[in-house]
Amino acid sequence: MTAGGLVTSNDAALAAPDWPLNWGRLVPPLEGSIRFEFAHRVLALLVALLTTALALSMQAREPRRWMRQLAWWAVAAVLAQALLGGAMVKLIDPKSLAIAHASLAEICFALTVAIVAGCYGVTEPRPRGSGAFAAVTLFAQAVLGAAVRHGAIGIVPHICGAVIATGAAMWASLAILVRHLDDGKMPRPALTLLGFTALQIFSGIAAYSVRAAAVHDPQPMPLTVWTTVAHVVIGALTLGAAIWLAMTEEG
Amino acid sequence: MKKIWITVGVACALTLAGCGGGEKPAAKSDAGTAPAANAGAATPDLDNGATITGKVTFDGTPPAMKTLDMSAVPACTAAHKTPAKSEELIVGADKGVKNAFVWIKSGLPADKTWAVPTTAVTITQEGCMYSPHVIGIMAGQNLDVKNGDPTNHNIHPMPKINSDFNQSQPPGAPDFEHVFPREEVLMTVKCNIHPWMRAYIGVVSHPFYAVTGDDGTYTIKGLPPGTYTIEVVHEHWLDAPQDQQITVGAKDSKTQDFTLKG
Repeated sequence: MTAGGLVTSNDAALAAPDWPLNWGRLVPPLEGSIRFEFAHRVLALLVALLTTALALSMQAREPRRWMRQLAWWAVAAVLAQALLGGAMVKLIDPKSLAIAHASLAEICFALTVAIVAGCYGVTEPRPRGSGAFAAVTLFAQAVLGAAVRHGAIGIVPHICGAVIATGAAMWASLAILVRHLDDGKMPRPALTLLGFTALQIFSGIAAYSVRAAAVHDPQPMPLTVWTTVAHVVIGALTLGAAIWLAMTEEG
Repeated sequence: MKKIWITVGVACALTLAGCGGGEKPAAKSDAGTAPAANAGAATPDLDNGATITGKVTFDGTPPAMKTLDMSAVPACTAAHKTPAKSEELIVGADKGVKNAFVWIKSGLPADKTWAVPTTAVTITQEGCMYSPHVIGIMAGQNLDVKNGDPTNHNIHPMPKINSDFNQSQPPGAPDFEHVFPREEVLMTVKCNIHPWMRAYIGVVSHPFYAVTGDDGTYTIKGLPPGTYTIEVVHEHWLDAPQDQQITVGAKDSKTQDFTLKG
């Protein structure tokens, strides 16, 4: 996701005009922004291989059916993500596909977090409670963020979404902390969600302020790139924390 | 589980179907229509038509020109003796704004077609910058794109009305030609390898347009008598073009200035 964020921020999505090859070959000339796009493609391949290996491993060893299914859904999501990335190149980066690609990345990450949560203590597949609501609002906010980033909408819906998503995440984490402060497993995801939510607010303000201040500067400015990428990545981590909380939360 | 396997299978098949389909950078492409036939088409009447001249002036304190960071590509840095500057806003000593696109937006007879020049408009990638930075071209006229650099480029216009394309052009590659069939003012052109590279193209269905020079002045010649909306568009104020009404008679010489607020 960091590599994908760097591609978008460096305006490098079409630096390799073909797919799945790169400038007609396996390894393109590694100059300028081609490096960001090529690194993103290599990492995507690595993610696809690792996710497939995880699914095969779980198929062989994991007794819980829902965990095996989750792993195969992750494989399907990663493959769909690769196809979507290829379609973006072929169709010259339409906004709708770019937003779908960014949103599906969040789903891939959320599925991975759910699998990890399943490996470390979650016994049931059903996300519930305020954590689930927070996860849904955070995902919707990520979609809005992608729409802003790719120029489909203005900043106002994303700011309104931030208020709702922040409220949902704080409500979920604080409610859990108040009710389960002494419960060994509950405070950790709640504190993680709370921490990432706070970080995400600051990174969002930083990303917006830097971008607004540098609107007429020749882009990409390193500060603009890194504050924006940090906002994207922390946003994904916040969603991941909400998924963890939702899967840990007891009814 | 069966459904999952089917989904994975379909995705793999689609992925493999895409293998080997990498596009070799084409030397030439023409995503638009062929240049319009000029039979019966009008040309500007330079003897009897009106002339509009004017100046686009910056109102305020001109900002300093920003330095472009080309350090990621040594071939680009080496092409400039001094660090290259952003061309987004070039204001001359007398506050004339360079690279503003001025055109007749409306008022010409709707049933009249205008002859498309048979010569191409050339844009060159040189020193990892587009030159000229702003061009005007008629719909149907050939655009000739050259790579004069010892490095790879890709030309990526971002039209909203015409079809877009993303064309790679390695060093020494033949010129790439393209035709924009529809009027569109003002489209951004990027290079996704060198993100600081920008050019702007105004595609117009008639020959009455101009790009301001170093001193911010422009001239439009051969305009038939009539009342027109004349517009100035500049990349720094891309979302805020300025329109003015102007009436001209035969052989008139009129002045229409514009002021862009900083």
